[in-house]
Amino acid sequence: MRLTVNRKTVTVKAHPLTRLLDVLREECGLTGTKEGCGEGECGACTVLVDGEAVNSCLVPVAQVQGTRITTIEGLGGRHPLQSAFVEHGGAQCGICTPGMIMAAASLGPRPSLDDIRTGLAGNLCRCTGYAAIYRSVQRAGKR
Amino acid sequence: MQGTIAGRQLLQPRSLGDAVKMLRDEGPIVPLAGCTDLYVALNFGTLRPTRFLNLWNLDALRGIETRGTALRIGALTTFTEIITSAAIRRRLPMLAAAAREVGGVQIQNRGTIGGNVANASPAGDTLPVLLAADAVVVLRSAAGTRRVPMTAFYTGYRQSVARPDELIVGFEIPALRGRQWFRKVGTRAAQAIAKIVVAGVWDTARADARPRLAMGSVAPTPLRLSQTERALGSGASLAEAQEILQREIAPIDDLRSTAEYRRQVAANLLGQFCSVRR
Amino acid sequence: MPRRRAVGRNVLRKEGHEKVTGLARYIDDIRFEDVLYVRTIRSSVAAGEIAEVRYNFDRTGFTIVDHRDIPGRNIVALIDEDQPSLAATRVRHVAEPIVLLAHSDRTRLAAAEVAVTYRETTPNFDPERSDVSFKLIAINKGRLDRGMAEADLVVEGEYRAGHQEQLYIEPNGVVAVPENGGVTLYGSLQCPYYVHRALTVLLGLPAEKVRVVQTETGGGFGGKEEYPSMIAGHAALMAMKSGRPAKLIYDRVEDMLATTKRHPAIVRHRTGVKKDGRLTAMEIDVVFDGGAYATLSAVVLSRGMIHASGPYRCDHIRARGRATMTNTPPNGAFRGFGAPQTQFAIEAHMDVIADRLGIDPLRLRERNALRPGDTTATGQKVGKDCSALQVLREAGRRTAFSRKRKAFKGSNRGIGLSLFFHGSGFTGGGEVKLASKASLALTERGVQIRVASTEIGQGTRTMHAQIVADTLGIPYDQVDVSIADTAIVPDSGPTVASRTCMIVGRLLQRCAEDMRTRLGRMTPAAYFKKHGGLVVTKQYEKPPGLEWDDETYRGDAYGSYGWACDVVEVEVDPITYQATPVAFTTVHEIGRAIHPMLAAGQIEGGSSQGLGYALLEEVVMRGGKMANAQLTNYIIPTTLDTPPMTIKILERPYTHGPFGAKGVGEMPIDGPAPAVVNALRHAGIVVSEIPATPEKIMKAKL
Repeated sequence: MRLTVNRKTVTVKAHPLTRLLDVLREECGLTGTKEGCGEGECGACTVLVDGEAVNSCLVPVAQVQGTRITTIEGLGGRHPLQSAFVEHGGAQCGICTPGMIMAAASLGPRPSLDDIRTGLAGNLCRCTGYAAIYRSVQRAGKR
Repeated sequence: MQGTIAGRQLLQPRSLGDAVKMLRDEGPIVPLAGCTDLYVALNFGTLRPTRFLNLWNLDALRGIETRGTALRIGALTTFTEIITSAAIRRRLPMLAAAAREVGGVQIQNRGTIGGNVANASPAGDTLPVLLAADAVVVLRSAAGTRRVPMTAFYTGYRQSVARPDELIVGFEIPALRGRQWFRKVGTRAAQAIAKIVVAGVWDTARADARPRLAMGSVAPTPLRLSQTERALGSGASLAEAQEILQREIAPIDDLRSTAEYRRQVAANLLGQFCSVRR
Repeated sequence: MPRRRAVGRNVLRKEGHEKVTGLARYIDDIRFEDVLYVRTIRSSVAAGEIAEVRYNFDRTGFTIVDHRDIPGRNIVALIDEDQPSLAATRVRHVAEPIVLLAHSDRTRLAAAEVAVTYRETTPNFDPERSDVSFKLIAINKGRLDRGMAEADLVVEGEYRAGHQEQLYIEPNGVVAVPENGGVTLYGSLQCPYYVHRALTVLLGLPAEKVRVVQTETGGGFGGKEEYPSMIAGHAALMAMKSGRPAKLIYDRVEDMLATTKRHPAIVRHRTGVKKDGRLTAMEIDVVFDGGAYATLSAVVLSRGMIHASGPYRCDHIRARGRATMTNTPPNGAFRGFGAPQTQFAIEAHMDVIADRLGIDPLRLRERNALRPGDTTATGQKVGKDCSALQVLREAGRRTAFSRKRKAFKGSNRGIGLSLFFHGSGFTGGGEVKLASKASLALTERGVQIRVASTEIGQGTRTMHAQIVADTLGIPYDQVDVSIADTAIVPDSGPTVASRTCMIVGRLLQRCAEDMRTRLGRMTPAAYFKKHGGLVVTKQYEKPPGLEWDDETYRGDAYGSYGWACDVVEVEVDPITYQATPVAFTTVHEIGRAIHPMLAAGQIEGGSSQGLGYALLEEVVMRGGKMANAQLTNYIIPTTLDTPPMTIKILERPYTHGPFGAKGVGEMPIDGPAPAVVNALRHAGIVVSEIPATPEKIMKAKL
C-alpha cells in the first residue's frame, strides 16, 4: 500500500486493517501522534487526511491509500501554531498537543472563539482547562 | 490496544456490484464504512467478526441529490458532508443538527449516516431524525434493490430486517412540511453519547396536521412515537400526551443515566416540542 | 545592556519546542531493542482466595512471572507494607495483579488464556461498615462543649463525594532494562526515588544497582505519584527473569480499572453559630474510602483533616477522621490530596449556615475568615501572608457577587462562591523527614540543575531555571535542567504536595546563592575554563519557628498556605436538569508568580478538573469494579463544557519561599465543587453529593 505522509510517498507493509496510528508510529517511526484512549474520544491521535482532521486510532490504513496524510512532524517545526502553543501556554504536559495542533490546523484562517471551541471539542486536554489553547490558536491566527 | 488484527481479513471491492457479490458469495462479512464504531470494539478486543468489507472507496454510495420530490442521501455520506450540504440545510435541517452533535470534528469527518443506521444503536443520533422524516432505507444485494421504510427497519435491539447479503446504499427522504426540531441530551456538551435524543416535525399550518415524533435511548430500538403523535394530532392536552408517551417508551437504567431521568426528561422534551412548533 | 530578569516573566518553556513538534519522547515513543511486551493478569473477583492459576496456551516464547519469582520482598514499598506486588494466596480487589506474562509477539500475548479460579469470600464495599482502618486522626482545639454552649443555633449537614479519576491523557507505562546486574527503569512517573526504593525492596537489590529515569510524562496529577512503583515493579520482575527489556504500557481501560483514584468521602458537620454568623464550635466527622490497601491513605486523610474546618477562625474544633478499607482498587494521590473532599464539605456547609441565618454567604465568610495572628484548627498562627479576606473581597467585587445574588433569585441561574486554602509542602515534620537535596552543577556554558523533581506539565524545568538564573545573575538560556535520572540527580523528594517551587525551588536558590559566592565576579563559563567543574548541593533546612507534634496533631502543619476564592455562575436547564457553568472567576494568592502564565495555567487547569469533579466525573462502581472504564463513559470536560475563566493572582510573599513563592499546583482544584454546589443552591437546587449530575439535580427539584 502506498500513502503520502508529510509529502513523502511511503510503501506500507502492514496488514490493511492496521490502525493508521500504528502505521505512523511503528512503521513510519513518526511517534509524534499519540494514543490516549483507543476509542476516538480524546483526539490525541489526530492527523489530517486530505486536510481533514481524523482520529487515526479509528482509521484502517487500507482506507487512506492514495491520500495525503499530515502529522505533527509535517508542520515543519516553525508553523505559527507551534510557536504560539509554546509562547502562550497551549502546551503543558504536551501529550495532547500534537493532536490539538493538527485539529487546530484544520480550522482554517482566523477562526472565531466559537469556531475554536467547536472545532477542538473532540480534543481532550486535562492540563490547561483549554483557555491557553484558545489564546494560542487565536494568536497564531494573527501572524 | 487489546484487540488484534491477526487472522482478520479485509476484502476490497472495486465497485458496488463487486461488494454485493462478495456479500452473497463470501459471507459472513461485515461492511466497514467510517469505522468510528467498529474500531472501538476492535481496540477493546470485543470485536468477534474476522472478515470485513471495505466500502470506503465506493463512490456509488456517496452523494446528496434531489430525485423528484425526494432527497436522496448516499449511505457513505459523512456527518461533515451532511452539515455542509446546502440541500440538507434547506430541506432537512434537523439532520444537520443531529450531525453536528454526533461527536467532535474528527468523528464527523469519518462517521457516515449509513454506518450510524447499520450500527443500530438505540442511541444513534440520526436515527430519530430518519424515523420522524419517514425516510426510506434503500438496500441493495446481488438480487436487486429493496426499499424499507425506516419505521419498519429495526426489529429489536441492534437487529434489523437487513439480510447479511444486503448493503444499505442510501436513504430517500420525502418532502417534509413544517417545522423540524432536534434535541440531544448527552452526557456532556460535546463528544457525548445520547442519554435521550429526539426529533420531530409538525406542520401546524394545516389544521389536520399530526406531528411526527421519534426518540432514541428510550427503548431497545429508536422509536417512532405514533401513539403520542396521534394524541397530539387529535388535540390532547400536553399532560394527556405525556401520559401516553410514558406508555410508549421503555427506558432503562444504564451506565450513563437512569430510567427515571429518561422518563422525566422525555416528558419535558415533549413539552418543549409542543411549545417550539409554533 | 542590562540582562532581563527571568522571574516574573513568561519565559519560553524549556521543553516547549519538543512538545509542539512531536520530538518529545514519552515512554511509548522510545524504541528498545529485543523488547518483551508484558501483560498483567488480574483478579476478576473482589475478595477471595486464589484456588488455582491455569495457563491454557502454548507457553513457547513466553516468560511468566508470579509471586514466587520475587527475589526481594513481595510488597510495593510505600508507607505501610500491606500491598503485594503480585497476589500470592488471596486477592482483596477486582483488578488486583496476580501473574505477569511476556512475549515478543503482541498477538500471541493478547491471545494467551489464563484461567484463575477463586474461593470467593464476602467483599465489603461500604467504608463506614469496614472493620479495618488504615489511619485514625483526631484534631482537638479548645472545648467543643463550651463552643456549642455559646451557640445560638446548631447546624448539621452531611456531604458526599465520589471517586475521581486523574485521567492523565498519557496512560501509565514503563520499560525495564536489565543491566549491570540490576535494572534501569524508564517511565512516565512523578517520583523517581519512590520507584527507586520500591524496586530495591522488591528485587532485593542494593541502591546502586537500580536506576530510575523519568521520561517525558503526559500528565500525572498524583496518579503517577505512587502507582508507578507498582507497574515498575512488574516490568522489572519481568526484565530480571527474562534477561530482556520489558515494556509495560497500560491501555486506557486497564489504567482506569486498576490504578488509583481520589478517595471517596463522607463528611459530617455539626456547627455551632451565633445569630450574627460567628462560628463558635465545629464538630467534623470524616470517612475516606481507602480501597483495599493502605497506599497513601494515611497522608491523604491527614491533609483532608487539617483542611476540614476551612480557612476560618473558630476556638472550639473537634475533628475525627478515618480512612478505611474496602474491597475496591486502592485509592491514592490526586491533586488536592484529601483537601478537595473536606473543603467541598465545609464550603457547602457554610452556605447551609448562611441560609439558616439569613446571612449573605460572602458576609458569613468575611465574619469568620482567618486573619493574620489567628490560629488554625491545629493551633498554627497564620502569618502576615494570610490573604483569606483579600481574595474573598476581591472575588466578590470582581463578580458583583452580592448584586447578582439578589438579581438571579428565582431564576434558573445561580451564583455561588467558595473560600479555601491549601498548605504547601509536606505536612508537619514531613519535609524534615524527606531531607530533600538539590544540586547545581557548573557547565561549560552555564549551569545544570540536578533535582529529582519532575516536569509533568506544570513547568518544573522552566520555573526552576528562572529561579536559578536570577539568583546567579545569568541568562535563563544558560541554565539547563538534567533529566530526572537517579544516577545523576539527588533525592529532592517527590513531585507532589505543591512543594516543587516552594521547597525544591528554594533549595536551588540556596545552591545558586552559594555558587554565586564561589564564582565571585566570574561568569560560569570563565570559572569553568579556569577551575573546571563545580557542584553545589543543598539539603532542606526547616525554617525557624516551625513546630509540629504528630502525637497530638497540633502545631504548624505547613510552612505556608495559599488562599483562594472561586465564584461560579451556573445555569440550570429546566428541561434536562443539566447544570452548565457559564462564568468562573477565581482570585488566588500564591506568594509570588515565578512565571505568571504557568501559574495561571495551573489555576485554569486545576479549576477545570474541579468543575469536572463537581458536575461530570462519576465513577460507577459495580461489584467493586469500575463499570464505566472507558473515555466514552467517564466524562471529563471538553472545550464546550468549560466556561470562560477569569483568573486574578495576588502576591503576598512568603519569607521562606524562593522570591516569596508558595505552592500553586493543587489549590485550584479545592474550590470549584463547593462553589458550583452553592450556585445550585442559589438556583433552588439542594444537592450535597458530587458529582451533581442531572439525575441528582432532577431528584432535588422534584
